[in-house]
Amino acid sequence: MPSYVNPEKCDGCKALDKTACQHICPNDLMVLDKDKMKAYNRDVSMCWECYNCVKICPTQAVEVRGYADFVPMGATVTPMRSTDSIMWTVKFRNGMLKRFKFPIRTTPEGEAVPDGGFETAGDLNSQALFTEPASTGLAEVFTLNK
Amino acid sequence: MANFENVVVETDLLILGGGMSACGAAVEAAYWAKQKGLKVTLVDKAAMDRSGAVAMGLSAINQYVGLKDGKNSIKDYVDYVRNDLMGVTREDLVANIARHVDSTVHLYEKWGLPIWKDEEGNYVHEGRWQLMINGESYKVIVAEAAKNALLQTGVGEIYERVFIVEPLMDGDRIAGAVGFSVRENKFYTFKAKAVMSLMGGAVHVFKPRSTGEGLGRAWYPPWNSGSSAYFTLKAGAEMTCQEVRFIPVRFKDAYGPVGAWFLLFKSRATNAMGGEYMVERRPELENWGPYGRVKPIPANLRNYLGMLDVMEGKGPIFMRTEEAIQKLAEQYKDDEKAYKKKMKELESEAWEDFLDMTISQAILWAASNVQPEERSSEIAAAEPYFIGSHSGASGAWVSGPEDLQTADTKNDYFWGYANMSTVKGLFCAGDASGASSHKFSSGSHAEGRIAAKAAIKFIVENNTMPNVDQAKLDELKATLLKPIDLYEQYKNATTDPEINPNYIKPKMFMFRLQKLMDEYAGGVSAQFTTNKACLERALELLAMLREDAEKLAASNLHELMRCWENTHRMWQAEAHVRTMLFREETRWPGYYFRSDKPKIDEEKWTVFANCKFDPNTGNWEMMTRPIHRIF
Repeated sequence: MPSYVNPEKCDGCKALDKTACQHICPNDLMVLDKDKMKAYNRDVSMCWECYNCVKICPTQAVEVRGYADFVPMGATVTPMRSTDSIMWTVKFRNGMLKRFKFPIRTTPEGEAVPDGGFETAGDLNSQALFTEPASTGLAEVFTLNK
Repeated sequence: MANFENVVVETDLLILGGGMSACGAAVEAAYWAKQKGLKVTLVDKAAMDRSGAVAMGLSAINQYVGLKDGKNSIKDYVDYVRNDLMGVTREDLVANIARHVDSTVHLYEKWGLPIWKDEEGNYVHEGRWQLMINGESYKVIVAEAAKNALLQTGVGEIYERVFIVEPLMDGDRIAGAVGFSVRENKFYTFKAKAVMSLMGGAVHVFKPRSTGEGLGRAWYPPWNSGSSAYFTLKAGAEMTCQEVRFIPVRFKDAYGPVGAWFLLFKSRATNAMGGEYMVERRPELENWGPYGRVKPIPANLRNYLGMLDVMEGKGPIFMRTEEAIQKLAEQYKDDEKAYKKKMKELESEAWEDFLDMTISQAILWAASNVQPEERSSEIAAAEPYFIGSHSGASGAWVSGPEDLQTADTKNDYFWGYANMSTVKGLFCAGDASGASSHKFSSGSHAEGRIAAKAAIKFIVENNTMPNVDQAKLDELKATLLKPIDLYEQYKNATTDPEINPNYIKPKMFMFRLQKLMDEYAGGVSAQFTTNKACLERALELLAMLREDAEKLAASNLHELMRCWENTHRMWQAEAHVRTMLFREETRWPGYYFRSDKPKIDEEKWTVFANCKFDPNTGNWEMMTRPIHRIF
């Protein structure tokens, strides 16, 4: 099944023009059943289990069940992603639980500054790219033409 | 014909793709376009925040040269790549990426990517060239900088959920691209002065090991469907290294990464008898020319030694995770508290490695009650992939930069603009450009930047809008939408639309391609082995498949995309088969083995094997190009 949707939690993102999972799925798999107002994964054998639908769902309605053709049943891996970190809960087949928390970014969401504060020399005909040479940490860009 | 609205977009620079190289291209192009008053349009088939090969995240950055620290040189990196690819590499391209990649990594850090640091504040290296990161949001952050660059400068626009199918040509110059929305009935025509093909590598050309639900658990993502190779071939661009597929050895079935285990945790891999193939089979390396004697041992030769064990019935092969972790924690043995802390830290690092980039492997561990500090896990060779950014090398044949040429190379490797293909105005990077392996995510981003700057220079120096013939556009629209028309025409001819003698659905078409490639072109079930007769048989079957591609049928927009994705895969397959047939030797035994030409032939085949499709005649041309040493 890879990613699947819990019908009790999914509200079809009804306030939006498209569901969050449909917006994010890199493989165009999540769709909204407009009659039921519930999302579903239309082609589970093309799912990479990338968890992007799980991470983005505003109601935590999307979960993943490991590939049925090689994964023993009963385990779950569940993320809770915030703006600066992610918490994973790993439940083993034998019931054991493990939790891991990792940072995901060091800047506020949406605020990546393209030039990172580095100046650009600014010559279209030179070998120096945007922000170079400053962003290389060296005084100039390596060349064989010396 | 299906009723699709026509949308025409005119721009200066057209960036096709939304992955790492496209994000690099966007951030770079925005700056120079602003300076020159040009417009930039980016088209992604998915949502940029989570599109491309890094959609899930990554646990490491695999290319960082660290020039500023003075420990490595450009030559060191070129040596490493040339050796890993058994001598077949474009040193000018590799060096060009290597001199810019540190800049990209330093930008990542400013944008907000957490890179591991040691107590002195230096980057933590996984290996000589690899950095450890907390990479769950790697793609989100890199896409954010690209979007901010395009939108905040006012030079750019972004189209998401538009699938690009075909190049538009004006004689020998690229003129744009056509595609369709996967959300609404719209046919898109993009006209541009320069075009960047940055649409990734190819997955699912070969039958994967898992064929049920696990079909989707490819090592590289299943949405990488060969669109770059198709686009450049159909534009008439020369292609290189189409035979140099990549076969990753990964944790079995869920394809969790092994880099951290081999490099950071220094784990051994042993067979069913406890033997270590990397030690026991060392003499075999002598058979592979100078490349068997280099360090690190080339990826394909490491693969090959493991494959020999498996073929002899010595599998399974195990990654000795428990042994590696115990060894690392051992130094704290006398201090119980420190030992516990170290074990906890190692456990967390081991799980993060999977949770950042291959969550399925974490599920598989949990579902199998595997704790890596207690027991080993199986590793195995996966199926073949086309990925010019990793240890494969397939892609377009592109110009290098002028200042990294020598008197010997400049006539063969330079034609005006860095990363321009042999088609005027068509630029390639990342998985789309060939013979410049080991650029990975960071190098692909840097190469996208290199190519974008060159493309802007091309536009400034060739500032005319190419002409596009309207009759040709109408014809392309009819071709692109034909699968929908065919479906509508015949869907009621049977009681089940899935089985119908008048058409073929994209999934079965993909299985047909995968089966023939698997059996005749050296896939998993052929033990990665092929020969002349098998390859000729593959070409016969591919020719019929190409005829039947005219009968692909789609019941909706999603299936229409699948139809074209699989046509793209088929073209990647044909270029691959033709080039394996052309190169009469075995050079990368752990990627594929030509049983009729089982040895490396340094004298005759230390060359690039290139190919080209002529869109006017429909003929394929095969040619060799010289390999020059620069460093």
